[in-house]
Order: sequence, then structure tokens, then C-alpha cells
Amino acid sequence: MNPISRPPVSPAEALPPALPAPAAPDAVTSPAAPRSSRFAGLRERVSWLGMIGAVLVLFWLVIACIGPLIAPHPGGAFTSADVFASYSAAYPLGTDYLGRDILSRILIGTRFTVGIALAAAVLASTAGTCFGLCAAVAPRWVDEVLSRVFDALVSIPSKVLALVVIAAFGSGNTLLILVTAFAYIPGAFRISRSLAVNLMTLEYVQVARARGEKLLYIARVEVLPNMIHPMLADFGLRFVFIVLLLSGLSFLGLGVQPPNADWGSLVRENIGGLAEGSPAVLMPALAIASLTIGVNLLIDNLRRRGAFGTGAPK
Amino acid sequence: MKSQVQRLIAARFGLALLTLVLVSAIVFTITALLPGDAAQMALGQAATPEAVTALRHQLGLDQPAVTRYFQWLVHMSAGNFGESMSNNLPVAQLIASRLPNSLVLAALTTLVSVPLALAIGIAAAMWRGSLLDRVLNILTLSAVAVPEFLVATIAVLIFAVKLRWLPALSYLSSVNSFDDLVRIYAMPVMTLCCVIVAQMARMTRAAVIDQLSSSYVEMAILKGASPMRVVWRHVLPNAIGPIANVVALSLSYLFGGVVIVETIFNYPGLASLLVDAVTNRDLPLVQGCVMVFCAAYLLLVLIADLCAVVSNPRLRQR
Repeated sequence: MNPISRPPVSPAEALPPALPAPAAPDAVTSPAAPRSSRFAGLRERVSWLGMIGAVLVLFWLVIACIGPLIAPHPGGAFTSADVFASYSAAYPLGTDYLGRDILSRILIGTRFTVGIALAAAVLASTAGTCFGLCAAVAPRWVDEVLSRVFDALVSIPSKVLALVVIAAFGSGNTLLILVTAFAYIPGAFRISRSLAVNLMTLEYVQVARARGEKLLYIARVEVLPNMIHPMLADFGLRFVFIVLLLSGLSFLGLGVQPPNADWGSLVRENIGGLAEGSPAVLMPALAIASLTIGVNLLIDNLRRRGAFGTGAPK
Repeated sequence: MKSQVQRLIAARFGLALLTLVLVSAIVFTITALLPGDAAQMALGQAATPEAVTALRHQLGLDQPAVTRYFQWLVHMSAGNFGESMSNNLPVAQLIASRLPNSLVLAALTTLVSVPLALAIGIAAAMWRGSLLDRVLNILTLSAVAVPEFLVATIAVLIFAVKLRWLPALSYLSSVNSFDDLVRIYAMPVMTLCCVIVAQMARMTRAAVIDQLSSSYVEMAILKGASPMRVVWRHVLPNAIGPIANVVALSLSYLFGGVVIVETIFNYPGLASLLVDAVTNRDLPLVQGCVMVFCAAYLLLVLIADLCAVVSNPRLRQR
């Protein structure tokens, strides 16, 4: 089809590139207003929090790679006769409900939690971005249809949506990746669509259209590079949501299935130790919290410094 | 003018209804794609082929999916959600027995969380950049990122195990006085509030800050209005729309959080019914529960939307 014949913008509006571009491009794509030195102190403190976040995230990523290698005991080994033991030299984080070493279980479980969530987040963000671009670039009716469908999907709470899919198909690691990704595609779609729609109204895109560029070229070369930063921040948030959703499902016994265990399953298995205040319940839960808080701190900090410009304090 | 608002309400209502129909199509598609066969599953491996065929016919599974979908939709709009597969009770009856409990839990959570979140969000926005704001920022950021079951576990550990103030499980039958009510609902409501308050407070802060940076606020400050007056008289009336949206969005999060909380505290609500249905793969019950959840969500969003429209005359033009 002819891109110029698209309804919202007539060629006459699009052609004359004479007027200087308004400040709009900056609002979407580039760093916000410069900051005065008064905020240098605050900024350092914020960066400091961001550093903690970065260290936490990096730490868990490394553990996800090398976890099974550095685990002191094989994951499924019944190493102690003592169940729900407390902290000791041989079992730094105590033992679980069958006398297994909790530290080893957590180190090995990292791979499931981080791996599945990462795969699902990549999938959700990529699919969301593609659909969003599609909706912004393609003819109007495509946008209408996609928006309606994703609006409907958004109105099913993500946990409930995941439960429906698991009720229908059962649970498994591949399915978990797909389910958790599926639950968060609508959110990614909304954000990427609104970014892309804003970008589409800018003059350089109009010029590209008037030049007769193909839709695919406009989407790939003109629009996508300018929305990649906000989408990366959004990717981090999706990752946090997916970790929480996955842990929640595992906690309900509907996520990662035994004999494998992610952090959510570890909490579920050992919930019996709660009455004794056993570290077997607390430690996996704290692992989840440290990962998600770490990612959040990192993104919050990046967002303040980077593209979003939430505004400096008065 | 009045009829314009009425027309607008009708339009929004129609749109919500359309979305609900779409949701039902999605839910039905997912559950009808079920690998294997509901009849086979219900009867088990040992069933004779004749029995399976008979049950398939009884359940209407031998008809095309589109026909089944419309039958299901028509029955559901008449309040007939079908029969539960695991205990052959009508789904509507099961849902009706659990729904009030969930509504009470949701209402109590709303009553506690909304004022608290608005207070925190407005305070953080008023003293933006201060120590208070930064501490609140870190606290709410952490609370948003923590899984509900960690909050619930720690709450049980402190209040039920260590201090022995509250019961770890919710037995609703033993409610005889106001005191019992508080003791039973304290922990589920606290857990749900923790996440929702944090989320709502963050978004409220953003909405109020958005208004604070507008030119009419600058005008009010230049005029010499006190900060309290600026916030109460100038900012808040304009922020009602965005805040109503924030509240609706956060409360819709309640539908997810409640799944975990009801399971942990063994609370007999709709969400634990749903989790049981999923565990037993009782599809009619799953479909029924999900549709109730989605209808409630859409209702919330609709109310927020109407609040925004009614509070801001400029939005009525669209």
C-alpha cells in the first residue's frame, strides 16, 4: 500500500520541512532538562543506590551461570539428619524439610528463577515492541484491532490469566516461559505503541514517508532506534513482574515442578518450618526480594538520569 | 449538558461490555484448546469409549467450538455458569458462596489502603526532594518489589508465632464480635495493603507532582497562597481524575494479590476457589471465576473513568 495515503497526516502537511522542529523529539527520546549543580549531592546518593542495585543484579546473574558449580552439596542430596536446622558451619543457611542444604538449593534454584524470568521478559518485550510498532505504522484498522484485543487481555489480571492457561495446559518450564511472557505482552504493547505513535507524528518520520520509504524501513530505521531506551527500562520492570509472578505460581504449586525447584517452590516446600522461624523459608524469599529490589533500584536510578526526566526536585 | 454526560456514560458502559465479551472469547479459546478431552479427563483412563462418547455428548463437546462458545455465552448471561466437574454443584452456587467473603476482604483493604496511600503520596509530593520523600521512595520501591508471600510469611512469623497476637489461619465461622473480626482480618488485610499502598502512593505522588509543576500552581504560589492551600484548593481538585485512575489500577492489582493471600491464610474467598479449580483442572469453575474477576476489574476501571470525566469538564468534549 501507499504509505502517504494514510489518513491522519496529509502529504501537504508532511512535505514542507521548513519550520524548525519543536521541542517534541526531546520529550520522547533524549535526556531531559540539564540539572544544576545544586542536585549533584542528591544525584550521587541516587547513583549510590543504583550501584547497590547493579551489584545485586550482577551477583544473581553470575550465580545463575555458575550456581551448580559452587554449591557445596549436590542439590537433591539428603545431607543432614536434622530437618529445619538453623545456621551452622556445614550448612550456612540451615537445612530444609528433608534435611537438604538450603544454600545449595538456592544456588541451584537461581538458574530456574532467573533463567525462566529472563527468557519470558525478553519474549514479552520483543513481542510487545513488535506489535506496538505494527499498530503505530500499519493502517488504522490494524491499530484498532490490536488495541481492542490487548485492552481485553489487560483486563484479565496477570496471575489469573496465568492460572487459566495452566488450568488448560498443565505446567512445565517451557510453558511457564510462554505463560508469563503472554501475561505481560499487553503491558509492553501499550507502552511501545504510545511511544511509537508519538514518534510517528514527528517531522523526520513524515519526511521519510513523503520520500516513499517502505513501512518496514520506517519502523526499523526511523522509529525503533528512538524508542529502544524507554523499552529497555520497561524490560527491567517486566523482568521484576515476571519474577514475582513466577514465584507466586511456584508458591501455589503451579510453577516449576519437583524435583526441580525455583525460589518460589523452595518457600512452598519449607512453609512447614515457618512456625519454628526456620531460615529455610526466609532465605529463598529474601533471595527473591533482593533480586527484584535490586532491579528496581537500578532502573529507578537509570530512569532519573536518563531518558525519562521525571523532573528535578524544586 | 446533562444528557451529554449520560450519553458518555452509556458509551463507556457499552465499551466495557464489549471488552467483557472479548475477554470471554479469549478465556474460552484458551480453555477450549485443552489438549486431551474434558470427558476423558473426568472419567479417567479406565473409562470405556462408549462412556466417554456419552459424556462428550452430555457435555456438548461433540459440537463445533463456535457453537459451544455462543451457548456458553448465552447461558452465562442468564447467570448459568454450568456445573463444576469435581463435585457436580452448579458453578454459580459455588461462586455465590465465596464471593461475599472476597468482597468483604477487598472492601476492608480498600478502606485501609486508599487513605493511607493518598496521605503518603501527597506528603511525598509536597516535600519533594526532602529526606522524607527519599525515605518513602526507597520504602515504597522495596514494598512494590517484594512478593506477597514474603510479607505474609514475615507477618505470620511476627504476629502469630512470636507474639501470638493473631491466628495464622482465617476461620470465618468463629467471628462473634468486632474483636474477632479485627483479629482475623488483620493479617490478610495488612499483607494486601503493603503492596497496594506502595504502588498507589508512588503513582499518587507522580500525579500530584505533575499538577504542581503546572503554571496555575505557580500563579497560586506567586499570589502568596500557603503550600497547604495550594495543595488542597488548587492541586487536588485537578488531580482527582488521575488519582481515581491510580486507585482503580492499584485496586485491580488486588485481584492478583488476593490469589496468594487467600491461599496462605486459608481464607474461603473466590481466589482460593479459583486456585483449587486450577489444581483440579475443573474448567467450568475456572471459566466462571475468571469471568467474575474480569467483570469486577472492568467495573473498577469504568468507575475510575467516569470519575475522571465528571471531575474534568474538558474530557467531556471527546
